[in-house]
Amino acid sequence: MRFHTYSSPHLTGPNEVGLLMHRVAWALAPGALAAIWFFGWGVLLNLALSLATCLGAEALMLRLRGRPVGPALRDGSAGLTGLLLGLALPPLAPWWVVLVGGLFAMVLGKHLFGGLGYNPFNPAMVGYVVLLISFPREMTLWPPPQGVAGLHPGLLDALAWKFLGQLPVGQGLDSLTMASPLDAVRTHIGLGQRLEEIRHLPVFGSLAGRGWEWVNLGYLAGGLWLLRARLIHWRIPTAVLGSLFVLAMVFHLYDPDNYASPLFHLLSGATMLGAFFIATDPVTASSTPRGQLIYGAGIGLIVYVIRNWGGYPDGMAFAVLLMNIATPTLDYYTRPPVFGERDPDE
Amino acid sequence: MPESQPRLHDFPGGLHLAPHKEASTAQPLQTAALPARVVLPLQQHIGEAAVPLVRPGDRVLTGQVIARSEGYVSAPVHATVSGTVTAIADQPVPHPSGLLAPCIVIESDGRDQWFEPRRPLPDWQTLDPERLRQRIREMGIVGLGGAGFPSAVKMNPGGDHPVTTLVINGAECEPYISCDDMLMRERAAEVIEGCRIIRHVVQAERCLIGIEDNKPQAITAMRAALGDATDLEILSIPTRYPTGGEKQLIRVLTGREVPSNGLPVDVGVLCHNVGTAAAVYRAVRYHEPLISRIVTLTGAAMARPGNWAVRLGTLVSDLVAGAGGYTPDVDRLIMGGPMMGFALASDEVPITKTLNCILAADRRELPPPPQPLPCIRCTACVDVCPAQLLPHQLYWYARARDFDKTQDFHLFDCIECGCCSYVCPSHIPLVQYYRFAKTEIWHQEQERRKADLARRRHEFRLARLEREKAERARRIRERKKAVKPETGGDDKQAVIQQALERARARKQAQGATPRNTDNLTEAQQRQIEAAEARRRAAGKPAPGGRNEPD
Ligand code: SF4
Ligand code: SF4
Repeated sequence: MRFHTYSSPHLTGPNEVGLLMHRVAWALAPGALAAIWFFGWGVLLNLALSLATCLGAEALMLRLRGRPVGPALRDGSAGLTGLLLGLALPPLAPWWVVLVGGLFAMVLGKHLFGGLGYNPFNPAMVGYVVLLISFPREMTLWPPPQGVAGLHPGLLDALAWKFLGQLPVGQGLDSLTMASPLDAVRTHIGLGQRLEEIRHLPVFGSLAGRGWEWVNLGYLAGGLWLLRARLIHWRIPTAVLGSLFVLAMVFHLYDPDNYASPLFHLLSGATMLGAFFIATDPVTASSTPRGQLIYGAGIGLIVYVIRNWGGYPDGMAFAVLLMNIATPTLDYYTRPPVFGERDPDE
Repeated sequence: MPESQPRLHDFPGGLHLAPHKEASTAQPLQTAALPARVVLPLQQHIGEAAVPLVRPGDRVLTGQVIARSEGYVSAPVHATVSGTVTAIADQPVPHPSGLLAPCIVIESDGRDQWFEPRRPLPDWQTLDPERLRQRIREMGIVGLGGAGFPSAVKMNPGGDHPVTTLVINGAECEPYISCDDMLMRERAAEVIEGCRIIRHVVQAERCLIGIEDNKPQAITAMRAALGDATDLEILSIPTRYPTGGEKQLIRVLTGREVPSNGLPVDVGVLCHNVGTAAAVYRAVRYHEPLISRIVTLTGAAMARPGNWAVRLGTLVSDLVAGAGGYTPDVDRLIMGGPMMGFALASDEVPITKTLNCILAADRRELPPPPQPLPCIRCTACVDVCPAQLLPHQLYWYARARDFDKTQDFHLFDCIECGCCSYVCPSHIPLVQYYRFAKTEIWHQEQERRKADLARRRHEFRLARLEREKAERARRIRERKKAVKPETGGDDKQAVIQQALERARARKQAQGATPRNTDNLTEAQQRQIEAAEARRRAAGKPAPGGRNEPD
């Protein structure tokens, strides 16, 4: 009698890449819903466009590279990149911005390096940074959040603007957009105003930016669920948030007029999305315990530096990409001791 | 009782796996029918293969030595039935390579006539450990937990390594396997007494027996057999794979961590399996060689799962047929457990000393491995690795054939437990890569040793030629000076003598290079080397010349 011979172990666990990615995608839901609620149809359109672009680009690249398309699409990684990019982009960005971002994310960020697992940089952030550098104006097109006076376009108006560049009748672009809280702080502090004075602008809410605080809290909730479900490790998010918090705290205590509070930093911009969903991208993050702490802390540090002294209102994308560069070195020099190398009486 | 249990420790990583042991423990231990034919491989252990002492046509008795051990790290083979030797030839054996190996084939006469005279050692307490070790060696006992290292060698760690603690492994952490469980349930007294003998042999201060807490009946039976005695400690340990790994179990029971690249004895511990202990007991108490063992037959495709006491050399196909056969859905046949066992291509292979379980699975139970995806560096593997390695990095370097880096990352500390592959969401056959890298490194190492030897020989030859030239020149000078020319007779004799010396030296050098070591783990190799070094230091000749039962 002949039998099949496979190599041990013969048992296969329940984990699957596709399952992992899908769960992470679901964990985005609270933050994404908050974003849609506060920033309108543009967010949803971005998500759909970006998702479609990334899936299409993934399929196209796999075809060109002569790889099977089905299994790779099922692994969910392209979809997740699409979602992350879509959520990071300004809701009023024109369709072609989203398209270009998605293409760069998948082609330059992923497939030119060899596809899933081989990309040293977070693909979504590659796409985002390319856009930030190439189309700085389009990348500031954030609408006023729900609850702030301003124009809140309906679905048709949003579609018309996104695809045809048509503004609602009798409106200028200025009435559609509004500086984000991070941007507002930068500009006004740059003008020599004190934080105390800016706090009363309508764009601010009770904790941080109006709407933004809820979006961030939404991502925080999703992130905590990821932690609970053991889909991500605590180290990277904790280190990102921790270092951002400590830095913000130190500067805020030292000069509260010019440096925003730690809470403001934690709940503004892409902080929570970055800490729980982007910095934790396993492919591009450090994979050793100590490496992950350094990696996360580095991201928090760079975000803070860019927000306060850099040329952009937020710095999550740059911070993640910069720390991606450090990942291989970090991994090599932070190898943990193996069993039997430690002092047993530690 | 458990309240008196000493504090247990934890080991890193590991998995909680479904035990799947109920099926095979539902009925008591059964004894398999005497096989009509046995096939006994000359190598059922780690080390040198045994050397046949019989020829085809010879009549042999049950328990008679039919192949003597060759060298120190080796074990003899005994006839497991009485009958006639029909062949000494290469036969399929249960080995991952699927290659044939030399075996002695015996046709049973059905009478199971034992060798005479039997010399039990009931008063073993009064005997010298060396005497008992010799008995254990002669009875062909090797580690029955799977590795198959000659037990007597392991029980002789050398004077500079005092053994404070003897650890007896009754964890049996791998799913499906239940032979040790059954052994402890049904032959607890033998196990206990065997532990005492081993403890006496290695002169350990204490003896800890670790049993996973998913075997309450085994624990109860063992505690009952121990009674009020306090010389051994039976510890119920949490069920977690691979707590039965040697280093893991030592950590759990003693809190000591065997150093990376080290052996248990480096922390004063020796570890033996409960099966080995029972075999030691029978060897000492009844002068019974290792001719049978308990094998678990299990799996969804095994018609009647159970545990069977089987004569070694019985073909798996015969054993299974006698036990009710397979179901029609049988797809995969695994020797050992589902985590570390290997899949047999054929069941026409003999039960050997180290074969603990035959798992016949259908495709529902063990589906074919899914298509692997690239590593996404999720570190799920890092979290479960009991050796605290970075499996994904090891995989990366093994794949790139960067073997130096794999060693930087402690490839040889990998115990091939399979936890990493099990959790990998990309379904990468990680362990397969590690085995590949280990084999390659071994191979390179052997090549390098060979090259070194060749280089040394070459240098030696150059030096000799040089010396001879100088010698000739000197002689010519002397001859010129001398009044009476010398005869060349002495010279020639000297040259012949030299040549003989050289040949001898060469032979010795060759004899020292290891053979049959292709599949050793580094730890095993180190164990062998350490044992050999001790033997040389002690100035003892390699035993194994005479291995008749005394
Ligand atoms: S579990 Fe698999 S995919 Fe995850 S890091 Fe390890 S090898 Fe890579
Ligand atoms: S097989 Fe090796 S690398 Fe994988 S978990 Fe076990 S010890 Fe670690």
